[in-house]
Amino acid sequence: MDINEIIKPENLVYPKSKVLTDTVMHYCPGCSHGVVHKLLAEVIEEMDIQDRTIGISPVGCAVFAYNYLDIDWQQAAHGRAPALATATKRLYPDKYVFAYQGDGDLASIGTAEIIHACNRGENIVVIFINNAIYGMTGGQMAPTTLIGMKTSTTPYGRKAELNGYPLKITELVAQLEGTCYVTRQAVENPANVRKTKKAIRKAFENSAQKKGTSFIEIVAACNSNWKMPPVEANKWMEDNMFPFYPLGDIKDR
Amino acid sequence: MAFKGAIVVDTEKCKGCGVCVVNCPTQTIALAKKVNSKGYPYAYMENPDKCTGCGNCAIVCPDTVITVYKIKI
Repeated sequence: MDINEIIKPENLVYPKSKVLTDTVMHYCPGCSHGVVHKLLAEVIEEMDIQDRTIGISPVGCAVFAYNYLDIDWQQAAHGRAPALATATKRLYPDKYVFAYQGDGDLASIGTAEIIHACNRGENIVVIFINNAIYGMTGGQMAPTTLIGMKTSTTPYGRKAELNGYPLKITELVAQLEGTCYVTRQAVENPANVRKTKKAIRKAFENSAQKKGTSFIEIVAACNSNWKMPPVEANKWMEDNMFPFYPLGDIKDR
Repeated sequence: MAFKGAIVVDTEKCKGCGVCVVNCPTQTIALAKKVNSKGYPYAYMENPDKCTGCGNCAIVCPDTVITVYKIKI
């Protein structure tokens, strides 16, 4: 059959979401950020909340997220996205507010903000991209870096006696009363992408039902700073990250 | 019932990461020998007859450059 007979508007099954802008993303080839942006766009489009969603972009690679999703945005100081999300949600209680943060932003510089926002049970959604490294600044060690993992500041591998232990911030916030839904997902294959999309949708619904803070960690690959090709980086993530950061729901109520 | 599919790749936006190639269950997609204006080898349908329109490539594409079409045959 001729391809031109298939490529017709009535046969379209997977279009680009209308919430995504036409700007070409600045992310490296194969970066997990792009997939998560797309999932956010799809969830926002499916729930029809484009005009009622406010995103808080972080400092880090995802700082330009406001160029890619056609919704309202605020840009927070380093680590302060949950604080800004708190303010936004309290000023506009009928809006959907989400904070989008990386691991250097959320688990290191913004530890106080995320712990207290989760403990207060703000009705926001937190998207936490954990790639175990500082991506934007050149691959320095993050709190979430695995033991033995080579980064530009731990060239011989992270050592527990010198650099301490990797921080499981998701397990930490799961213990707080204010969180209603805490989960860890990944986006490296179609099955996990679908699960992550369901998790994001559920988090936005929790926000509408005023159940508390929803916290979604997404274990991601940073192929540039891990010094690997994109496909190999995804494989490395499955082999090394998933045993330490197991996927699945940690808390759901 | 069988399905027949086809993909359209926005070749100028494709960054040639190859994530779609490994996630295609029917080995339809490959990276082109040619490159786009940014120097990336873009994804294309090497075996168009094999495509079932499952959409896995589009789901994992970080830059959302793949559009999927599908018909019943």
